[in-house]
Amino acid sequence: MKRLSILEKIARDKFELDEGHPHIEVHEEEIRELCPDLSCLYVCPANVYSEQNGRIMADWAGCVECGTCRVACPPEGLTWVFPRGGFGIVYREG
Amino acid sequence: MSDDRFDAIIVGAGVAGSTAAYLLAQQGLQVVLVERGPYPGSKNLSGGVLYTRVLEHIFPNYAEEAPLERCITRQVISFLGGDASFNVDFKNPAFLQPPYNAFTVLRAKFDRWLAEQAEAAGAMLVPGIKVEQVIKDGTGRVVGVLAGEDELMADVVIAADGATSFLAQQAGLRGRIDTRHVATGVKAVVGLPQATIEDRFHLDGNEGVAYTTLGAATRGVAGGGFLYTNRESLSVGLVMRLDDLVRTQSRPAEIFDEFLAHPAIAPLLKDGELLEYGAHLVPEGGLEMVPQLYADGMLVVGDAAGLVINNGFAIRGMDLAIGSAVAAAQAVAEAREANDFSARSLSRYKTMLDRSFVMRDMRTYSRAPHFLDNPRLFKQYPELLADMMTRIYTQNADGKQPARNEARQSLKDSRISLAQLARDVLEGARAL
Ligand SMILES: Cc1cc2nc3c(=O)[nH]c(=O)nc-3n(C[C@H](O)[C@H](O)[C@H](O)COP(=O)(O)OP(=O)(O)OC[C@H]3O[C@@H](n4cnc5c(N)ncnc54)[C@H](O)[C@@H]3O)c2cc1C
Ligand code: SF4
Repeated sequence: MKRLSILEKIARDKFELDEGHPHIEVHEEEIRELCPDLSCLYVCPANVYSEQNGRIMADWAGCVECGTCRVACPPEGLTWVFPRGGFGIVYREG
Repeated sequence: MSDDRFDAIIVGAGVAGSTAAYLLAQQGLQVVLVERGPYPGSKNLSGGVLYTRVLEHIFPNYAEEAPLERCITRQVISFLGGDASFNVDFKNPAFLQPPYNAFTVLRAKFDRWLAEQAEAAGAMLVPGIKVEQVIKDGTGRVVGVLAGEDELMADVVIAADGATSFLAQQAGLRGRIDTRHVATGVKAVVGLPQATIEDRFHLDGNEGVAYTTLGAATRGVAGGGFLYTNRESLSVGLVMRLDDLVRTQSRPAEIFDEFLAHPAIAPLLKDGELLEYGAHLVPEGGLEMVPQLYADGMLVVGDAAGLVINNGFAIRGMDLAIGSAVAAAQAVAEAREANDFSARSLSRYKTMLDRSFVMRDMRTYSRAPHFLDNPRLFKQYPELLADMMTRIYTQNADGKQPARNEARQSLKDSRISLAQLARDVLEGARAL
């Protein structure tokens, strides 16, 4: 099988995008204080988190809702809820 | 009865929720099944081997009617050491005859079918709506849920909302999930023509094979890999302990790419097309993570209750989810008979669960999480096996050593002491 980047892999998935309603909120200061390793930057299988200009960004539209970051990150660091009903990842295989 | 008052509200149309909805609707209860995804299965992901004995009790014709992929007749355990691999290959054609043992499934299809059975039995399916929280009365008893904008009320709420269960947490039945108790599962579905799959894996008709891998697959992170055959696709993935991923600062997506490129795996995927990529938590902490299972007006089933067994060779969660739904439905039926939905009355759920195969198997494998908390298992032993086989099969000009000497040399080079090996074997025997 052809090797695909994570973006190319995610591009094969179906998402119902809930424009204007992010389901992940990053609390920068708390994360830096409580999780100096910044686990969100490596532990997410969809590479949703990145550091841009020294700030942690969550590209929530490509989140596959696995729940990993919600467990790995200190509770104060993220507000993570499921997308609103009907939105988010839509598995067609599963 | 008003529109929004039910006998039972079930949150989540996964295998646990839809089974509970089906069984309760069949007994004539007014049941609503609320699912946040646009259709049942749209949020759900598993490796896909469903052990079907428990399903058979509920749907005797499931083998003809359910959307099953392939009947598993062959199991391969593959120890990966570096680029080498050592396989234990087991095939039993008897598994192709009823009573079947296991089938592969794809959840977007299977869960939809299961929810349809619940609907046909009279349950009301409400997809595309997220339950925000449970509603409690003044005494702390759960009396309903807030679903989207609507308040739905019922005698009992069954939380079947999966591994990330917000409801059990909100209701105070469990605390924060520990990284030690979950694994991150990463999976791809790879499309291949049916004929290619049957040729490549030596399968006849709807026979299927399940590969489990240990070792290089996860770069030494606690966990393992799988590759299962579907009708016209392969399910391939890794399950890695979250505490270990965090400890080693590993990127699951990168490890997964290495796994797909491993010489033991890549040829099996050759010319395949990625159809879907996904990830999901696996609550594999065993008995240690099972929460309080009932409260006044509420029960917790399936992954939300931590009912998964990962013994290193197979992950089982779907059959346990179905089994827990059976016990929950029985408990609710009894509670209704007695018109008592208090925690005391609903504790019958736990009693029945304890007696069922679900808790019997959870207890049998209760040492597995501890046993699997052993780095030698995911690195040194697979490497040792590969090294030993490499020595045994390498012919050089100096003449051969007897195999037992080769084995001894491999063990010596691996720096695993005999005492350690003996302890691990003993521990393994007790855990598995
Ligand atoms: C990579 C991987 C491989 C696996 N391999 C296997 C295997 O080979 N065999 C096996 O038996 N098991 C396997 N499992 C485990 C198995 O997938 C789970 O045990 C099983 O899915 C549990 O079923 P469930 O119904 O309890 O939960 P889920 O299937 O997770 O269903 C929960 C449902 O609740 C819905 N929901 C959640 N919250 C809300 C809310 N607030 N409002 C409305 N709806 C909500 C979700 O959308 C979902 O439909 C695997 C798991 C993973 C991740
Ligand atoms: S839930 Fe999973 S996919 Fe989504 S951001 Fe968190 S780790 Fe990434």
